[in-house]
Amino acid sequence: MIELQNAGYSYGHGSLLSELSLALPSGSFHFLVGPSGAGKTTLLKLCYGDLKPTSGAVMLDGRDTRGMGRDGLAQMRRRIGVVHQDCQFIDHLTIRENVALPLMVSGRDLAAEAGNLDQLLGWVGLAPRAAARPPELSGGERQRAALARAIIMDPEVIIADEPTGNIDWEMSQRLLSLLAELNRLGKTVLVATHDLALIRAAKAQVSARVLRLAGGVLQAGAEL
Amino acid sequence: MNRLRALLDAALGDRQADRVVPPAGHTVWLTVLTAAAMAFLAVFALALSLATGRLADRWADSLAQAATIRVSAPPEQADAQVAAVAAILAATPGVADARPLEETEQAALLEPWLGPDLPLDTLPLPRLIEVTGTEDLDVEGLRQRLAAEVPGATYDDHTRWRAPLVQAADRLRTLGLLALSLIAGTLAAMVTLAAQAALAANRPVIRVLRLVGARDAYVARAFTRRYTLRAAAGAALGTVLGGIATAFLPEASAAGGFLTGLGFTGAAWLLLPLVPLFAGLVAFLATRRAALSALARFE
Repeated sequence: MIELQNAGYSYGHGSLLSELSLALPSGSFHFLVGPSGAGKTTLLKLCYGDLKPTSGAVMLDGRDTRGMGRDGLAQMRRRIGVVHQDCQFIDHLTIRENVALPLMVSGRDLAAEAGNLDQLLGWVGLAPRAAARPPELSGGERQRAALARAIIMDPEVIIADEPTGNIDWEMSQRLLSLLAELNRLGKTVLVATHDLALIRAAKAQVSARVLRLAGGVLQAGAEL
Repeated sequence: MNRLRALLDAALGDRQADRVVPPAGHTVWLTVLTAAAMAFLAVFALALSLATGRLADRWADSLAQAATIRVSAPPEQADAQVAAVAAILAATPGVADARPLEETEQAALLEPWLGPDLPLDTLPLPRLIEVTGTEDLDVEGLRQRLAAEVPGATYDDHTRWRAPLVQAADRLRTLGLLALSLIAGTLAAMVTLAAQAALAANRPVIRVLRLVGARDAYVARAFTRRYTLRAAAGAALGTVLGGIATAFLPEASAAGGFLTGLGFTGAAWLLLPLVPLFAGLVAFLATRRAALSALARFE
């Protein structure tokens, strides 16, 4: 589904990422680690088409993102669930509406999907908070709502950018459990994190590989 | 029913899309008030256009049916030639009425230019015969017969006078239509500005929509529905006020001439409901264009 072929990315005159090659096998679980500013978020954005590489190519389902228009990329993003670092909610909508956004924008009938939506909110433990607005939620609740929105379209790949960055350890564990459960259901998962304790804790739940990004270069790390 | 819903969705966007854009903002009243003001002006421009159209038709009809035969002859032959013309007119199909003007009537016609103490009998004035024709009148045939039998008689169907009058009324009608176009253009410009402001203010919302897979058309629909309905609602208000104002204008009368009869009459009232519909259409097209152009810029 996602493949980087010697992909590079430059901001202005400086090169942030260079000649990255990566293929995420279906059903795999990868952690992406690296120091702050190493380009983890940029790499993830390349993976879901929010950025286009300045050299090399990023292939999404066999299609080069450089040749895809806005609508083509939008269509592709419905198949890639993303948990953003800052969650990216629309504040005047309820959590239920925010989680349902991918359904709404793809023209699905919300009434017909109401059962699935309730079930999903229950699965991430947010059923009682469904009518709340995003600013009323704690960090952990927001991350779980973001995860629910990321998987509402039943995507093949789930990408999470520092999903545990602003939440406590207990909540991090809960989020990791949800991601592991999704991986057991066959989803490909890519998580960017600087939280090494989280990676160690994942050993017990998933079989994951660690990708290390440093100096603009990607190194395959050890298998957990 | 589904087809109707699909049609309305295509025209107005869907309510779900509308929900994703924050409801408040100063552009709400800007759009509604602009549309109301423009619709109010549009009603008057429409009334002007219709009134000048009626005026042009009236002038064209009334003058088209009236003509004057001028008989230029030495004084001793004048009566005989007038009688000959009267005989020809009596035998011509399509002549509804024919009447030689009295000397006093001719003096009254000349008085504005030559004064009241006109010695009419000392001037070599032609004799005038006023003719009212019907649609059956063969003007060219009558002209030829007059030329053959009464060489001093000239048939004048007022074309020289009628053409500039009708042209003036037609130009006024064109000006009215031009005013309508300018009003529509102004509304489009105002709605475009309001939509652009709303799009810029809601850029973070648009980014979220794109991240979750929204296509440009979906984002555009979220804005077009809102501005179409606001413009239509404002225009409905302006149209009602404009309609009331024109209803209180003076009725058409001969004494008032051009300045009266500006209101709507009969079936013309049915044009008023089209004003808000047209305003909605203008707003729809303007917002959609602004949204798609902004989305391309936001890339």
